[in-house]
Amino acid sequence: MKDVAVIGAGMTVFRRRMLETGKELSFLATKMAMEEAGIEKKDIDMVVMGSAPDAFDGIHMKGENLSDGAAGTGKPYVRVFNGGGTGVFAPIAGWWHVASGAADIALVVCEEKMGSCYPHPQTAFRHIWDPILDRPLNPNLVWLFAMEMNRYMSVYNIKKEDIARVAVKNKRNAVGHPCAQIPDEKITIEDVLNSEVMAWPVQRLDISPPSDGASALIFCSADKVRQFTDDPVFVSGVGWNIDSTMWTNRDLYFPQYVANAAKMAYKMAHINNPRKEIDFAEPYDPFDYKELHHMEGLLLCKKGEAPILTREGVTERDGDMPMCPSGGLMGVGNPIAATMGQKVCELYWQLAGKAGKRQIPGDPRIGVGQAWGDIMQMGTVIVMRRG
Amino acid sequence: MTGNDEMVPKDPRGTHVGNKDIYGRKITYSWWEPEVQYNWALGPAMSRFLEELKKGSIVGRKCRKCRRILVPPRMFCERCYNPTDEWVKIEDTGTIETFSISYIDSDARKIKDPIFIGVISLDGASPKHGIMHYFGEVKADEIHIGMRVKAVWKHVSERTGAITDIKYFKPLKKGGGKK
Repeated sequence: MKDVAVIGAGMTVFRRRMLETGKELSFLATKMAMEEAGIEKKDIDMVVMGSAPDAFDGIHMKGENLSDGAAGTGKPYVRVFNGGGTGVFAPIAGWWHVASGAADIALVVCEEKMGSCYPHPQTAFRHIWDPILDRPLNPNLVWLFAMEMNRYMSVYNIKKEDIARVAVKNKRNAVGHPCAQIPDEKITIEDVLNSEVMAWPVQRLDISPPSDGASALIFCSADKVRQFTDDPVFVSGVGWNIDSTMWTNRDLYFPQYVANAAKMAYKMAHINNPRKEIDFAEPYDPFDYKELHHMEGLLLCKKGEAPILTREGVTERDGDMPMCPSGGLMGVGNPIAATMGQKVCELYWQLAGKAGKRQIPGDPRIGVGQAWGDIMQMGTVIVMRRG
Repeated sequence: MTGNDEMVPKDPRGTHVGNKDIYGRKITYSWWEPEVQYNWALGPAMSRFLEELKKGSIVGRKCRKCRRILVPPRMFCERCYNPTDEWVKIEDTGTIETFSISYIDSDARKIKDPIFIGVISLDGASPKHGIMHYFGEVKADEIHIGMRVKAVWKHVSERTGAITDIKYFKPLKKGGGKK
């Protein structure tokens, strides 16, 4: 298996609605990554597209639709998709294209346009529920999060203010991100606790917004990387895992499938003690409590300990174990698959010392990114290190 | 290696538009409303489950290998990866594993009367095995995880063989029992 390095990354701005089409957004992000790597379309051997449910864009088989914008035409091209897990799963697929020796250079493009869907992107989410057991109850996807959050809070007796702290941290972290949709330097815990109740215990400011956007990443095999950079960042481990669709048959307090994915990635990366060896993480944070839930799933702390570490400031950008230094989905936005920009491109920017105002102090060497998807059942994990 | 203060990624591109630009026809757009219907054949497990609901009863399937009693029932056990072995009658009482009180509908529109929703682990099924359903005859300050509940069924003439043949689950004890 070949070692795989990153040589370029790109990201459009993230907004509730964008003028550009999905193809055009893909083109903008891809072009930015190509410019950084100093390569052109002809230099790319294979392309991976990541995009979540077709129902958002309203274009069925949108992988094919987006191929032109993702520099895919005339090349081996594939779309991968596992709901919210896609933002980390697409780069995992890009990694195996290169690690297997099938490609020297692989481009990964992730795109999402949620703003096209009316009356609300939530309307499209109705179609992911089980048609027999769940849909007759007219569910809203927020219910899932609310039920999981309530279970998590109740098992560990977690206060809402300790969860709101994550929203505040990430929206503040996002102030340094030029793509960010809802950065907020002045937001307080009270703002979150006083925001409108959507589905108790979830309130409006506990949730990341729906967004349009795209991101891109270029992988190169280690034996070719020196022609692009003297200071490469490598993928050192990947993992993915799925639990049963029967989500009413398990205790939601702990995401075992995320832990399974993390163990797979850490084994590959030769990480024995993740809490000590990993310098920072980008856990998937579509809701504020999910960062805590996933910190525990990623084995970065003990079960139930994430809210305590957050309260103690450990997860701040200048803390001992920074979480979501990008600003995460809570601050930068949540165009489902395109959150590869925060969960994986950010690892690259941080490890390469290119994160500008968001740069973690102390020269971080190892970072982990994670995403989560389908009906509370899919975990995707990637570990990166500085060369 | 140290970071500089430059904003990265540098000069990200893309143009923001709002609802006003759309309804004000400031941008060019097109509109499409799909018309499509589905008819799902439900298979042996779900067909029997729904037929039993119509009769006012809940059934599960037992896997003899892992000894789980599965609700919702399925004809194979996803863990043992073998066919399940027999039908088992399940109680219509259970325990609230988790819940939410929703102030939005399925299109994320605000609603006045909140929906009480959650997961009920059913008596007679394996621990933590149950279904999602509504709660009724309970107040926001009474409902809690661990609360014992019982199904309230639609009148037999109104049942159609659907999960909604159960109207909701209500507290076993009046006032909801001890919190």
